[in-house]
Amino acid sequence: MSSVISVSEKQLSQRTSLGFWVYLMTDCILFASLFATYVVLRTATAGGPSGSEIFEMPLVLAETIILLTSSLTCGIALVMLRQRKIKQMVVAFAATYVLGIAFLTIELSEFIKLISEGYGPDRSAFLSAFFTLVGTHGLHILVGLIWLLTLAVVLSRRGMTTKLSRQITLFGLFWHFLDLVWIFIFTVVYLMGVAV
Amino acid sequence: MWGRLGLDAIQTDPITLGAVIGSVLAVITIVGLMTYFKKWSWLWNEWLTSLDAKKIGIMYIVVAVIMLLRGLADVAMLRTQQALFATDPGGPISSDTFQQIFSAHGTIMIFFVAMGLVFGLINLIVPLQIGARDVAFPLLNSISFWLFAAGMVLINISLGLGGFSGAGWLAYPPLSGIEYSPGPGVDYWIWSIQIAGIGSLLSGINFLITIFTMRRSGMTLMKMPIFVWSILGSLLLVVAAFPILTATLALLSLDRTLGTHFFTSDMGGNPMMYVNLIWAWGHPEVYILILPAFGIFSEIVPVFSHKKLFGYKSMVFAILAISFFSFTVWLHHFFTMGAGANVNAFFGIMTMIIAIPTGVKVFNWLFTMYRGRIRFDTPMLWFMGFVSTFVVGGVTGVLMSVPAIDFAVHNSLFLVAHFHNMIIGGVVFGAFAGYAYWFPKFTGFRLHEGLGKIAFWLWLGGFMVAFIPIYILGLMGAVRRMDSYDPSLGWQGLFMLAGVGVLIILTGVLVQIIQLLYSIKMRNQLAVGPDPWGGRTLEWSTSTPIAEYNFASLDPVHDRDAYWEIKRSHHNAEDRQKYGPIMVPKNTGYGVYISLAVLIFGFAVIWHMWWLAIFCLIVTIMLVIFSTQRIDTEREISAKEVALTESRLRGVRT
Repeated sequence: MSSVISVSEKQLSQRTSLGFWVYLMTDCILFASLFATYVVLRTATAGGPSGSEIFEMPLVLAETIILLTSSLTCGIALVMLRQRKIKQMVVAFAATYVLGIAFLTIELSEFIKLISEGYGPDRSAFLSAFFTLVGTHGLHILVGLIWLLTLAVVLSRRGMTTKLSRQITLFGLFWHFLDLVWIFIFTVVYLMGVAV
Repeated sequence: MWGRLGLDAIQTDPITLGAVIGSVLAVITIVGLMTYFKKWSWLWNEWLTSLDAKKIGIMYIVVAVIMLLRGLADVAMLRTQQALFATDPGGPISSDTFQQIFSAHGTIMIFFVAMGLVFGLINLIVPLQIGARDVAFPLLNSISFWLFAAGMVLINISLGLGGFSGAGWLAYPPLSGIEYSPGPGVDYWIWSIQIAGIGSLLSGINFLITIFTMRRSGMTLMKMPIFVWSILGSLLLVVAAFPILTATLALLSLDRTLGTHFFTSDMGGNPMMYVNLIWAWGHPEVYILILPAFGIFSEIVPVFSHKKLFGYKSMVFAILAISFFSFTVWLHHFFTMGAGANVNAFFGIMTMIIAIPTGVKVFNWLFTMYRGRIRFDTPMLWFMGFVSTFVVGGVTGVLMSVPAIDFAVHNSLFLVAHFHNMIIGGVVFGAFAGYAYWFPKFTGFRLHEGLGKIAFWLWLGGFMVAFIPIYILGLMGAVRRMDSYDPSLGWQGLFMLAGVGVLIILTGVLVQIIQLLYSIKMRNQLAVGPDPWGGRTLEWSTSTPIAEYNFASLDPVHDRDAYWEIKRSHHNAEDRQKYGPIMVPKNTGYGVYISLAVLIFGFAVIWHMWWLAIFCLIVTIMLVIFSTQRIDTEREISAKEVALTESRLRGVRT
């Protein structure tokens, strides 16, 4: 007899997570465009260095391990959230945060080193595509870190709410997605770059 | 401090200056009137901050119509130049201005008119047709609209400050690169459509989720109205194609501001990659625009033929096939690139294949009419006009899908005539049909029928007169975007005829404006009930004007033409219902604030005011963060209030 008063929490969380998945797919297409661009341009070095000459694989491996570990800690945090162990969750997210910053620092230092050697994004089409693809991923990591910080502030101000826990789950999706993109960057840009 | 913005940015070309002064005066007049009548708080509370999809839809359409007038003014200037001054240098429009006008015409008509009309209709109709009270993410919807509006403002600022891009509506490099277009024009182009495009992308996600999760119970996917299916196809394309546009524009912008070499002709850059990327978005975009128009006609034809839609399942199949194939044909926009015979053959064949589902739809409409009791009200006239012109456009399209023929007519006016045939005959006629069809649902009165018919015949006739000569000129060898030609070519007569066609179309637009004003004046005589046409879908089942919550009760539906079946079974559940309280989203200004920050950000980047850009970026991020942490976002309408509203709105009928 009575009509539905308001959307249930379950519906709302289904709606937002589905929406976020679709958003992630659009982001995926954005990265796909950048990957396609990179693949087209990776031999267009215009007399500048090629990938095998400038990539420092130990550092890249370190970045990869750091990011994968951050994904692990993020996953642990989400398990803790599900078990309502908020303190442990915060610790795991703090680890994620530190690892994220470490990743960005290494990436940034790599970029600065390349630019100071004269191999900036304006040197050749290959370097333009390299900086843009890897940099866009880095920018996403930065967005993720800002997001995580916001969630922490909200948690400290308002405590755990259903809305916040929904947002934390979405953040988890985002962070794992960036991990996945990095796997492709590691393979397509770095491994295939030094192999050629 | 002000980047490269200086006093020399102010445009001094007499025509541009006139347009700028005219627009500024118009804005001042409106602001003055608003202040005089003390309407600002009304505007802010009832419209600008509203999260009601119906109001957002109307705002989309208002913006689109204003932009349509600007796009038409542009084309009037283009054709005047070509008809009267192209053979004698020293006409009123310089080549540089001419380039800016045709670039602005294309950009405005696609991004701000066609997209605005499409998203306006999606906002107005989709929630109603799926029997929902709202959209999935109301605030995101408001942000999407305001980003669209911000893009519109940015493109209009270019008129007075700095000038617009002269590189065509898709700004191919290297012409659009910093070397050949050093001014801010291309940056205006990039940022206005980047901002509006992100709005479209967000809106695409929003309505996709709305359709997937908010349908009335009992409405399975295969019971959805066919308009919703068309929108679903269109939105799948939006979320799949717009990220490519975002990426491409970002790369072009990097080339122009940071000196990267994606699309430059030196240092390893690859201009043809831009053309590939932009058309990988651009061809789906064509179907993003046309599928909703197909959907509108698929609603109108059954209603005005008193018959069920013929071949519902094949329509759904055709929509999905078109959506899929639209990603496999982009290269036909540049067969002349020289990708090789096999690549061209593949894309040529795919282009022919995509015509098949479209043909299926045309036959379905015709079979729906077959043995129906057809009423020729204006929406149906627009359909008849659409079918006849659109088929001609389709045939010329298939003609050009043969690479060998395309080589001959590439970049000619034949192509221009073809795509105007599709967009005017398809999207614009579709939007007008939808306008005449759904107008009474939202206002409670019909548009004046006689004036509507006059406008239709002027548009149809004007279109023929305006574009048949353009087809012929194209075959005679006239290229597009041409502001002068040798008089001995003998083209001037045909250009003059095309100019007359534009005048006829403009008369049609004038009649439409008169029709709207006259209908508002005569609204009591033209008043109609909630279901004036004998509708078949749920939007006609609710009251007119529509309450904020769309539907007072959410009874399950059982059939494809849900409302038709309710009417047939003579059981109108809505009237016997006891009402419960309803939650609706509260108004919020975040959409306006965020878009304002983004607008200033875009302006600052265009003029290289980096400090302002960074500041606005931070403000935008802060606003987005705050908008996601809002609490208490809904307002309850009590059961009593609902009952009162319902008896008030439905009182007219009983």
